Amino acid sequence: MMYPRVVRIHKVVEETKDVKTVFFPFDERVEPGQFFMVLIPDVDEIPMSVSYLLDESKGFTFKRVGDATNKLFEKKAGDLIGVRGPLGNGFNIHGEKILFVAGGTGVASVAPAVEKALSQNRETVVALGAKNREELFFVERLKERGAEVHVATDDGSIGYHGLVSDLMLELVEGDSFDLVVTCGPEQMMKKVVEVCSKKGLDVQASLERHIKCGMGVCGQCCVCGGLRVCVDGPVFDGETLSKCRDFGLFKRDASGKKVYIH
Amino acid sequence: MDETADAIKRVIQSGAGAVVTKSIGREPREGYPNPTVVELPHGILNAMGLPNPGVEAYVEEMKELTNVDVPVIGSVFSDSEKGFSFLAKKMELYGADAVELNLSCPHAHGYGFEVGSQPDLVENIVKTVKETVKIPVFAKLSSNVTSIVEIGKAAEEGGADGVVAINSVKALKIDVDLKKPILYNKIGGYSGRGIKPIGVRCVYELAKEISIPIIGAGGVEKGEDAVEYILAGASAVEIGAGVYYRGLTVFKKVCKEITEWMKRNGYNAVDEFKGVALR
Repeated sequence: MMYPRVVRIHKVVEETKDVKTVFFPFDERVEPGQFFMVLIPDVDEIPMSVSYLLDESKGFTFKRVGDATNKLFEKKAGDLIGVRGPLGNGFNIHGEKILFVAGGTGVASVAPAVEKALSQNRETVVALGAKNREELFFVERLKERGAEVHVATDDGSIGYHGLVSDLMLELVEGDSFDLVVTCGPEQMMKKVVEVCSKKGLDVQASLERHIKCGMGVCGQCCVCGGLRVCVDGPVFDGETLSKCRDFGLFKRDASGKKVYIH
Repeated sequence: MDETADAIKRVIQSGAGAVVTKSIGREPREGYPNPTVVELPHGILNAMGLPNPGVEAYVEEMKELTNVDVPVIGSVFSDSEKGFSFLAKKMELYGADAVELNLSCPHAHGYGFEVGSQPDLVENIVKTVKETVKIPVFAKLSSNVTSIVEIGKAAEEGGADGVVAINSVKALKIDVDLKKPILYNKIGGYSGRGIKPIGVRCVYELAKEISIPIIGAGGVEKGEDAVEYILAGASAVEIGAGVYYRGLTVFKKVCKEITEWMKRNGYNAVDEFKGVALR
């Protein structure tokens, strides 16, 4: 039922100065790329992709950016939150060789997909982008699992100096992939999808929109001709996104007004 | 699925015979923070808080709906006669085929049923709007009143072309783990399965006392739910929560199921069984 399950946080891990992971007991199956509506009592209920998929527990990894995430950032083991989900479709992992492209906190939703691909013995290349070395996370986690990890930073403090979408261009020039999976800022994903459609590569991107009901009724999160991010997404394929006039262009605020993406 | 032109078009493609927009006000409103919607065992509880981009911005959505094949009903909310008629006029200019006056939202302070529970005010609002626009005017009524019939009569007296009954029912859910109301706004409106008998009762009572058409709403998810409303005197039904229970195909499914029921019962037209339960 679409009602928040109240759970006790059992572990909190600091990933960077502004990024934390909270783990909570949840023993049901969740697919990489699916999300929960996370209730932070008295503040808000916000969508968060799963970043850890363990048998007995699941995790969310998030950056403090607003009221809800700031409040969640203060939570400790033993504190209560509500989780409603898993929601949405998740990534459809297929093919022999997969390229994952993540920017900023997008790696949180991509990481479990990388782990799933590795566990199915698929060849897995990951490109991670961040502003600088300090804001990168999950690099060691993914390397240890056996992924080939490339890093790009805006300031060049580590790895490729520049945008992860440019790093991705180099990677697809020199190699062939059966699937590209991406999550991160929408302008970055837009570039990734454009590159993929030019090269005829299969691509899936995970979109973020303001979500209210999370059950496909209110219409707040609609994109691309009435597709609901909460139930038809959040993962859409390149074919759908290429025809989508709002992808990379605008989102809608809580009132339903268009807000253009810069 | 009533906020943007794209979403509304998808509902039309899914088989809806007419569409009602989200309720639009004069200024943009973000509505309440989440949780705004939760599912309960027998229905859906929501307190959206009338989010809308404001009537000036809504022209962008409405102009994309001018060439659709079904009637578009513009829903509006306000706290005064003047406000309602201003918004109704805008909707008419934007190409709406009819306007629905939201006199019944149960969770927005100063609006909705706080306006729609006073018969004199309802009559004046409908009258003022009728004097302002040429398109049909429907009044959406609340069950959260002592007598919905009294309000329905007031709307009829004011010249309404029809009434819609009912909006969601004022309700509260307290979470026993958090020991507090689950919705951010605490009080919400209950819709879906659990309120159908209330909706059907309201339509039945109204149909006995007023002669303008009634649109039934509340808990329609199957053809037989719509049939119940029609037997009680409704001319049409609205579907909201049913989109959750049966997906967007709910519209086609309900139409098909009504037709099947009619075949089983030997009816060829809706008018043949409309209000039969009132006899």
